[in-house]
Amino acid sequence: MHELSTHAANHAPPQSFLRKYVFSVDHKVIGKQYYGLGLLAVLIGMVLSWLMRIHLVWPNFAIPGLQWLSSAGAPGGVITPEYYLQLMTMHGTLMVFFVLTNVPFAGFGNYFLPIQIGAEDMAFPRFNMMSFWVTFVGFCVLVAAFFVGDGPPLSGWTAYAPLSAIPGSGPGQATGQTLWAISIATFCIGQLLGSLNFITTTLDLRTKGMTLMRMPLCTWAWFITSCIGLLAFAVLLPACILLILDRVAGTSFFVPSNLVVSDQLVNLSGGSPLLWQHLFWFFGHPEVYIAILPAAGIVSHILVNSYRRPLLSHKAIIYCMMAIGFLSYMVWGHHMFLSGMNPFSALVFSFPTLVITIPATILVLIWIGSLYGANLQINSASLFALGFISMFVSGGVSGFFLAQPSIDVYLHGTYFVVGHFHMVMGVAAIFGMFAGTYFWAPKMFGRMMNETWGKIHFWGTFVGTYCIFMPFHYLGMIGNVRRYSAFVDDYLQVPQPVSLLGLHFSVSPIEVHEFISIAALFTGAVQLIFVYNLIYSRFKGTPAPENPWQGTSLEWATSSPPPWDNFGGRLPVVYHDPYQYGIEGASGDFVMQNSSEHIQTVREDKKVI
Amino acid sequence: MPHGLFMATTLQAPPTVKLPGPGSLRRVILRDSDAPSTGIWIALAAITMTFAAFTSAMLVRQGSANDWRHFSFPIILYFNTAVLFASSLTLQIGRRRFSRFDTERHGEARPTITALYGTLALGCTFVFAQYAAWQQLRSEGLYLSSAPSSSFFYVFTALHALHVIGGVLGLVYVIRKLHRGVLRTNTFAAASQYWHFMGLLWLYLLVLLRTRI
Amino acid sequence: MGKLLAVTLIVIAIGSAIPILAHIWVPPADISTHGYQIDEQMSDTMVEAGICFLAAQIILGVFIWVFSGRKPGAKLRTFPGGAKGLVGAAFILVGLEVIILGAFGKKAWATIYFTPPGADALPVQVQAGQFAFYFRYPGADGKFGPLHPDKINEANQNIFGLDVDHDPDSKDDIVTAEMGVPANKEIHLLMHAKDVGHSFYVRELRIQQDFVPGLDLSLHFTATKVGRYEIVCTQLCGLGHYNMKAYLNVMSEPDYEAWIKQQASMQ
Repeated sequence: MHELSTHAANHAPPQSFLRKYVFSVDHKVIGKQYYGLGLLAVLIGMVLSWLMRIHLVWPNFAIPGLQWLSSAGAPGGVITPEYYLQLMTMHGTLMVFFVLTNVPFAGFGNYFLPIQIGAEDMAFPRFNMMSFWVTFVGFCVLVAAFFVGDGPPLSGWTAYAPLSAIPGSGPGQATGQTLWAISIATFCIGQLLGSLNFITTTLDLRTKGMTLMRMPLCTWAWFITSCIGLLAFAVLLPACILLILDRVAGTSFFVPSNLVVSDQLVNLSGGSPLLWQHLFWFFGHPEVYIAILPAAGIVSHILVNSYRRPLLSHKAIIYCMMAIGFLSYMVWGHHMFLSGMNPFSALVFSFPTLVITIPATILVLIWIGSLYGANLQINSASLFALGFISMFVSGGVSGFFLAQPSIDVYLHGTYFVVGHFHMVMGVAAIFGMFAGTYFWAPKMFGRMMNETWGKIHFWGTFVGTYCIFMPFHYLGMIGNVRRYSAFVDDYLQVPQPVSLLGLHFSVSPIEVHEFISIAALFTGAVQLIFVYNLIYSRFKGTPAPENPWQGTSLEWATSSPPPWDNFGGRLPVVYHDPYQYGIEGASGDFVMQNSSEHIQTVREDKKVI
Repeated sequence: MPHGLFMATTLQAPPTVKLPGPGSLRRVILRDSDAPSTGIWIALAAITMTFAAFTSAMLVRQGSANDWRHFSFPIILYFNTAVLFASSLTLQIGRRRFSRFDTERHGEARPTITALYGTLALGCTFVFAQYAAWQQLRSEGLYLSSAPSSSFFYVFTALHALHVIGGVLGLVYVIRKLHRGVLRTNTFAAASQYWHFMGLLWLYLLVLLRTRI
Repeated sequence: MGKLLAVTLIVIAIGSAIPILAHIWVPPADISTHGYQIDEQMSDTMVEAGICFLAAQIILGVFIWVFSGRKPGAKLRTFPGGAKGLVGAAFILVGLEVIILGAFGKKAWATIYFTPPGADALPVQVQAGQFAFYFRYPGADGKFGPLHPDKINEANQNIFGLDVDHDPDSKDDIVTAEMGVPANKEIHLLMHAKDVGHSFYVRELRIQQDFVPGLDLSLHFTATKVGRYEIVCTQLCGLGHYNMKAYLNVMSEPDYEAWIKQQASMQ
């Protein structure tokens, strides 16, 4: 006898336009809404990065039209130093929160988690709808900061107190900063609702035969990420509440005594700026793993499909992701080595930070090791997945430097840090997003994306992002300080002589920055190919079959796009592990999870089943 | 390309329940989803983490300067604690009355609803009485920004009261379902787990505030 | 296309390593007594990280080359040793690296933070405020006068908030816009912030430390080479952050004496 889905008993397919496309409780619609919001945020964030890069190397360049967005920040279109910082703050905030958490996690996760476990929807569809709209409100509040008096805040996405807690400490630090704090607090609530759904659905709504170990790796990644997020956002929310109170209610959680801003004594006293840092980074470090783990899961899922053979160890990937999630809560102090906290704690935090390299290395070794002897299929999705491995290695390796407090003494606050986190978050995680899009667009929209444009997009992005972010590390090595709106330090203007293979030339750090800015503009332009491809294919792409990539997991066992209840009223039963590719003795080169075909699988423990 | 074969299952149409009359309940054999129970535990984990973060903020703040300024603990809070615990008692009575349907085929919803109304009344009393505690503080000149001790007092009690109001809304939902005669055991379990947790959380806050402010 | 990806990957990996191997952009020469430990740590890490980086990228490239575009029906092979070997290798290799770097890294950190300054270290106070660093020397009496934040008045050049009329110790305090120190003498730097968070960074000295408003923090160092070095702010502090800098002048002992006397006469 099969389980009655109480869910299906509750909702019939929606009829009205509003119920179908706007206030929908269908996880597929919600997933696409999150994806769309993330896409909007990444385009805004990318434009902001262009403005930043242009200002850094061509400070007197007038951006046409910018003066209408902010006449004080960009008089005549020329960006002022404070406006640079304001653009930088919004760039970071939009990218970290509204792109990296929204797309690989909330976007793809919402769409595919229920399908991959054989469920009809999430456990709490109405909470799910609420979580999106709450996130959307948070987005609107954040963007509103562009349009208020002084503009957006300039304290960075990290919003350190007291700069962020004293309204008079700079332009944008009044209304703009308050809007920022409200937006992020709202975002936290949206994410908490979302995580609640993910965890409950994974635990309770798996179909018959879908044991935890039979879930695909991306499902595992979403599950682990939502566990991390549940506890992390639950700490950021109090931090934002306390910050808002400091700003508007006269409390002083973060503002110490005897501060003098603009020659005036600040009225608050007794608070601790380090308290903000601890609360923020206790959230902030798990947050970066929230940003990368779903991408790692998606990439694992796509890689194994393109390898046409199972990974060397399914369990190792799962346990490594779990280990990373667990360790992520122990390392937050590595953002605070030089913050004035007890120097002994620096050593305490450094150790787990270095140890987290172990599961990360295992992931990379398994991805690469499984490629040995495989039958690699190249398509847009697998290109980005392979590119992810390269970017993850590059970004991870630079982290190794920053994990050591003594080296951090020199590299903290330099472009080396910027290079590191952009490689892992700004490139690797985004590659996961692209890979997922090319892989799953046929399923979500019922149409294939154009492969040629996809490949052009890959090449431009792969080479372009290396050109942008690898040089940041060299700039960091010479001590180029970050978050500067202009480069006025002497040594940056000085050309360094280079002798290479008989060639002699000289390059100054400023010229390196120019190269980076040009690469950034070029790479950004390449992304427009992706957007065009996405939109064009949505309407004009070749209709997609049910299983275009010959995948084994349950999302390929239903139509493209799936019906409103995912499986047409008949929940699948699962008989196999998720990645039965290239099984000897099977009828084809892959066996789907819900296929009743009997195959002999040699499990990891060598047991033949 | 081998196609996946579904095990043929047809979803049964939701069983038509003939409601014998307002206020009555009839036991319906529906496989209950565990989701509300699981979900509530996860929500409680998040809420615990939030209050843990506020607790550590308070401890750090208390140690970071000399301006803590202790004040006298409002006595009414003990009364409020009793009220909240009593509401958990009435809620448990309601659950016991409801669970009789596990053994009987049908019965009356009225006794359960009455117990729940009692819980609601006590819960609302708690919230109003918390407000009274604030009034007392204000009469002593202690506002949100007066001192870090009073700041945290207001923050903790306000957030807890907000969550209690959330629990009230949950119970209202349960009562509505009972009036209509269709209530899943797991939904009721989830709402009452949440409510009891509010009591436990309050006990924790009581001890924390009593020893610190 | 797989072959093209393989080649590109390897070219990018080697290309990225070239500036490091060719020492094109390297940290400036170290002028401190403890900096060599940091530099050694960085070189060791660079070697290990570089090997891991190159190995991973090149092997990935080679595998992509060999295993893409294979004929349909090609036999699948398993990496020798399977997952167990790789997991074991990861634990052993990375574990060793972690322990070695952790153990040796502790020394450099300890030198900066766990050893107190010597008794005869020269105390210099630095105040960071939007958007400048100012320095204070104790003067002939060797004592710093108390600070009164309510008396800070930039227009009147009372940067530190001194009350020379009522505090005898403040009378001979010397406030400067540049930090002069004698070479080869230990300096005890006393740090506090006036308004928001800042940070003190001198690349050549290999020191960096945040200013936290409300906290009195300190650093100690010994500069070994005469010269003029930039002190820059590395903690986002507002619109003037990019321009917030001062200069550290490391001078010979007689030059320093002359300088401090001249500064005293300008108070």
